[in-house]
Amino acid sequence: MIPAVSISLQVNGERIEAHVLPRLNLADFLREHLKLTGTHVGCEHGVCGACTVRVNGDIVRSCLMLAAQTNGASIETIEGLSDSGEISDLQAAFRERNALQCGFCTPGMLVTAQDLLLQEAEPDRERIREHLSGNYCRCTGYQAIVDAVASTARARTGRGA
Amino acid sequence: MKASAFSYARATSVVNAIELLAEHGDRAKVLSGGQSLMPAMNLRLISPELIVDIGDLTELRGIAVTGDRLRIGALTRHVDLLNSADVAKHAPLISEAITHVAHAAIRNRGTIGGSLAHADPAAELPASMVALKATIIVEGPAGERQIAAEDFFTGIYETALEVDELLVAVEVPVAQRNSAHYFSEFARRHGDYGIVGLAAQAVVDGDILTDLRLAYFSVGDRPVLAMAATKLLNVAVTPAVLLEASETLGEELDPQEDQQASVSMRRHLAKVLLARCVATLLGRPELSAGEVL
Repeated sequence: MIPAVSISLQVNGERIEAHVLPRLNLADFLREHLKLTGTHVGCEHGVCGACTVRVNGDIVRSCLMLAAQTNGASIETIEGLSDSGEISDLQAAFRERNALQCGFCTPGMLVTAQDLLLQEAEPDRERIREHLSGNYCRCTGYQAIVDAVASTARARTGRGA
Repeated sequence: MKASAFSYARATSVVNAIELLAEHGDRAKVLSGGQSLMPAMNLRLISPELIVDIGDLTELRGIAVTGDRLRIGALTRHVDLLNSADVAKHAPLISEAITHVAHAAIRNRGTIGGSLAHADPAAELPASMVALKATIIVEGPAGERQIAAEDFFTGIYETALEVDELLVAVEVPVAQRNSAHYFSEFARRHGDYGIVGLAAQAVVDGDILTDLRLAYFSVGDRPVLAMAATKLLNVAVTPAVLLEASETLGEELDPQEDQQASVSMRRHLAKVLLARCVATLLGRPELSAGEVL
């Protein structure tokens, strides 16, 4: 019998105490224990980017982190970024530019794109593509997604959408 | 897939981690950033019985310059290397290599110690350490051992680490005034594992190479230090000299064939990188114009 691990962490600003089995990864902890199903599980080995969340301010793959490793950490998921209004303009741009179709990759795309926009005010299309290069989209393709990120960057720096 | 069940121990000190490793032997695995270990576990390529998480050992984190050595703690993340002014100044080869390592979300978790201990023959950092003549510092029950990077990597995912030893740091000599470096790789997409890559560290005296270490990766079961470099030392590099070095390189490399590339394609790409490397180091673009391949 493998003992559970006690963890204490913040998720979207809320204090969470839990006992988790060591093998449980952060993505499954968020989805199945906390019912935060906006974090999507695609490849489960760090390639597709659908499970991207923020841990202590840095974007990470939640499928490549154990829930047990999050003790003391502050996690922000797509639900947190969405509810706080932090990325409402980016979300609106994704809708306007038709940058999502099935929506499976969208949470990871939004978290990753926001990470870039926080680091660089005026990334060019090449930089946007590079930063999103670890996120797969299997339906709309990348053109509209890059358009949406670029137009959000322009709007945020007062250069028009 | 999900990782199979395992027990979990959060190491409280380096000594505690070594005790756990000594007790559990090869049934245990050290968890650092987890960016190579977790995929392997999720894919059930490995199923350790115990995970020893060293993530809390803050003493293993950080970059420091002491005299003519740059010391990087094992838990230093790729993103920390990328953003470090000390690394950019004293070991710019590492700064450049890191830009080719995976993607931002991976670089935020992956650590240098994890990458070196994992010893993927297609990875950028092991070859960079060989090029830089790095020393890998490990600790075990008997104390500290210093291992030259050239001797550390012994095969696919295999190193000179004993099962009860922990990689704690790496040290590289700081770049000198006339040091030069080159890093490049061919990959399907930026951030993917390289099909063939080259990390090179040199000393350039005017238009002469007085030292050159060519560490290739993805061409064998470990980083390959190419002896062809000796053909280029202390001579005026002409296209004929470069051609001879290139032929020597083709003879000494014994690359594998896989879904990404055939043996001859890998040999060819290694030669292309050699020409580009020498042309870049010497500031002579005509040397990589193609005729010496």
